[in-house]
Amino acid sequence: MKKSRILMVLGVLLPLMLFVFPLWNITLEAPQYPTPLGMDIYINDFADANPHDIKNINLMNHYVGMKYIPDAIPEFKIFPAGIIITTILGLLIAFKANYKWYLYWFILMVVLSSAGLYDFYLWEHDYGNDLDPKAIMKFTNPDGSVMGFQPPLFGSKDILNFRAHSYPQLGAFFMGIGMLLSFLAFLVGKKGK
Amino acid sequence: MKKISYSMLSLLGLAIIFTSCGDQGKSSSNGALSSSAAEKVYVAPGEHDDYYAFISGGFSGQLSVYGLPSGRLFKVIPVFSQDAEKAYGYNEETKPMLNTSFGFVPWDDSHHPDISQTNGELDGRFVFINGNNTPRIAKIDLTTFETTEIIEVPNSAGNHSSSFVTENTEYVVAGTRFSVPVPQRDMPINEYKGNFKGVLSFISVDPEDGGMDIKFQLIMPGFDYDLSHPGRGASHGWFFFTTYNTEEASTLLEVNASQNDKDFIAAVNWKKIEEYVNNGGGTIMPTNYAHNVYDEHTHTATSTMKKEVLVVDPLKVPGAVYFLPTPKSPHGCDVDPSGEYIVGNGKLSANLTVHSFTKMLDAIENKKFDGEAYGIPILKFEDVLAGTVNQAGLGPLHTEFDGQGNAYTTFFISSEVVKWKLKTWEVVDRQSTYYSVGHLMIPGGNSRKPFGKYALAMNKITKDRYLPTGPEVTQSAQLFDISGEKMELLLDFPTIGEPHYAAGIPADLIKPNSKKIYSLTENKHKYATTSDADVRVERNGKEVHIYMTMIRSHFNPDNIEGVKVGDKVYFHVTNLEQDYDVPHGVSVIGANTSELLIMPGQTESFVWEPKQVGVWPFYCTDFCSALHQEMQGYVRVSPADSDIDLSWSLGE
Repeated sequence: MKKSRILMVLGVLLPLMLFVFPLWNITLEAPQYPTPLGMDIYINDFADANPHDIKNINLMNHYVGMKYIPDAIPEFKIFPAGIIITTILGLLIAFKANYKWYLYWFILMVVLSSAGLYDFYLWEHDYGNDLDPKAIMKFTNPDGSVMGFQPPLFGSKDILNFRAHSYPQLGAFFMGIGMLLSFLAFLVGKKGK
Repeated sequence: MKKISYSMLSLLGLAIIFTSCGDQGKSSSNGALSSSAAEKVYVAPGEHDDYYAFISGGFSGQLSVYGLPSGRLFKVIPVFSQDAEKAYGYNEETKPMLNTSFGFVPWDDSHHPDISQTNGELDGRFVFINGNNTPRIAKIDLTTFETTEIIEVPNSAGNHSSSFVTENTEYVVAGTRFSVPVPQRDMPINEYKGNFKGVLSFISVDPEDGGMDIKFQLIMPGFDYDLSHPGRGASHGWFFFTTYNTEEASTLLEVNASQNDKDFIAAVNWKKIEEYVNNGGGTIMPTNYAHNVYDEHTHTATSTMKKEVLVVDPLKVPGAVYFLPTPKSPHGCDVDPSGEYIVGNGKLSANLTVHSFTKMLDAIENKKFDGEAYGIPILKFEDVLAGTVNQAGLGPLHTEFDGQGNAYTTFFISSEVVKWKLKTWEVVDRQSTYYSVGHLMIPGGNSRKPFGKYALAMNKITKDRYLPTGPEVTQSAQLFDISGEKMELLLDFPTIGEPHYAAGIPADLIKPNSKKIYSLTENKHKYATTSDADVRVERNGKEVHIYMTMIRSHFNPDNIEGVKVGDKVYFHVTNLEQDYDVPHGVSVIGANTSELLIMPGQTESFVWEPKQVGVWPFYCTDFCSALHQEMQGYVRVSPADSDIDLSWSLGE
């Protein structure tokens, strides 16, 4: 088998690790939480970083009127299906198509993961800004607008007494490396031509 | 001249600078200049102590948890006495813990904590402690730091030579201090001699769940069995008990029990008796005693009355019991880490008597007897004696060991701790205590593996050591650094009740196992409400059961109507929190009982019998959250003949 094809197969299979490892993690630090609260986001689940973390995040966030983190969201069905479809597609390309298609698969993956990130941003925005009007505590920004509590999409940010961190996890890295491999497969294939 | 003194001063200054710099590197050096006691006991904010010390509360009936070397108090674990703060003995769940054959006994005198062992070393699973007055042995689980089992000891009185564990926690042993008629009966007190009996109880501990059961009781002559310790290493399988009042006096014991020049240490070969019992030996005696067990999943204790106990006559088991003559009403009975030396602290003597286990076996084999007492062979004193620590102090009470070949004995009358060497029996050091020291404790000091860094002396008298608080002043403990050749007094700290005795253990053996919450999904309480969907109020005749939940920062339900004067209202309250250190409390106005203090995931119940018509508030008693003050509710109480139906709500 050609080197480019091996790279492509490998690249296509790596995103499957998303079924094992989390995609993203949000962690909240505060002095009275010596063990920070954390939530691991899988493609099909929200999971406690430590037992009961999500319950405790909900308990805390209800003071400012944030909604409870749902048990399930539609994305939990869409994401796994998307991964499976793109994997099958990628395997077909790897075995049947020429190297140019490697690039198309890579572009498809870039577009889809960008869409996924945008979707994540929209959810975060809604979660942090669509607050219960009967919230126990209401905070305003210096300009008088209602303060939101949106966690960062990527990076760290202070929210009231908490410092929130939002970073990709192992699953996301596997997908990223897989995508890079497919691009590399394209380059190797092009060079070998 | 002036010039010289200046340069001298500056030299001195330099010397001080150099010494204090040198300090940072090595803290083990001795001397006042080289390190300060304050430094040695200072545990910086947020840092943890190196050792747990479980210090009995004596007449408080409880067990306190301190950190060493700081001497900071972390918790008072209620054991034998009611504790309104924690609802122990007040709520419906723990009332059965204090049940006895005499009914509900809300107090006791807790004396000798001992930590469970495996292979002769501390394993940090349980602490056992004895109740003296109404003989009981309690077990505290060191994952929850709660009392989870109490077994009453029948045929015993003044349960003092207790509660010491064997090398693998096969048994926790409880001996009677006061001999009594066995079984109890109506008889003249002055017929004590020859008629009263002293019962030594061997309580087996289940290796899996720690469940206690009286395996057998040894019916001994009617002496006072004062203290005891197990053999270890070579002497594993034996247990040693000091006795006094071998005169068998029943009155004015301070004189009448001090007449014999020597009393005994009773050496009991429990392995031999265990074998005898396992082969069907012993007699079933009808009796009555309570066995109380707290279940961590139902959060509820049950009390079972047991009706019989297996008793063993020592004369029926040849070679099971011998008496070792020991001068002057010995009190403490301590066995060194190797198991070879048995120290009898003759409290009316200035000397310490140390017996040799090897010589004891030899004396038994060669029948070096010096008569017998009630058929039990008395070994010849000279043939079991390993050595004597001469004129060490006045009123020796207790000895512990550092694992480096040294022993530390307390002297009550001369108020001091004396360090001496095993084998050479020479006194190495002595330090005063303030005042009248009873027990001392070295973590693991009664095991094969002591941690010989600190010794804690527990004093009976405090007088002027602290700010005065009227006629009643605190009792206290004193911490010594024993890592050097000389002992160094580091710290005084006040204690609860009487700090009778303590058991210490490196924190790392316990800390990782300490539970943070109770899991709601494992809550099997009969009246648990683990989901808000299940909250309700039910009436059963005059009984009203409120199935209530609590979570930051409300009760559910928080408005209840339909309760009537004359009802017996049970609040069954479940804490739905699953976060560390978020307990909630609850009480209602006029409740004739304590508050409840409910840990995350736990359910507790209290009874309220409303006597007056009205609308009565209840509230959270533990400052739980930013909205703690809002955590409140009302119960409407209507006249007894009212026809208002039960109703309940939250947020309507």
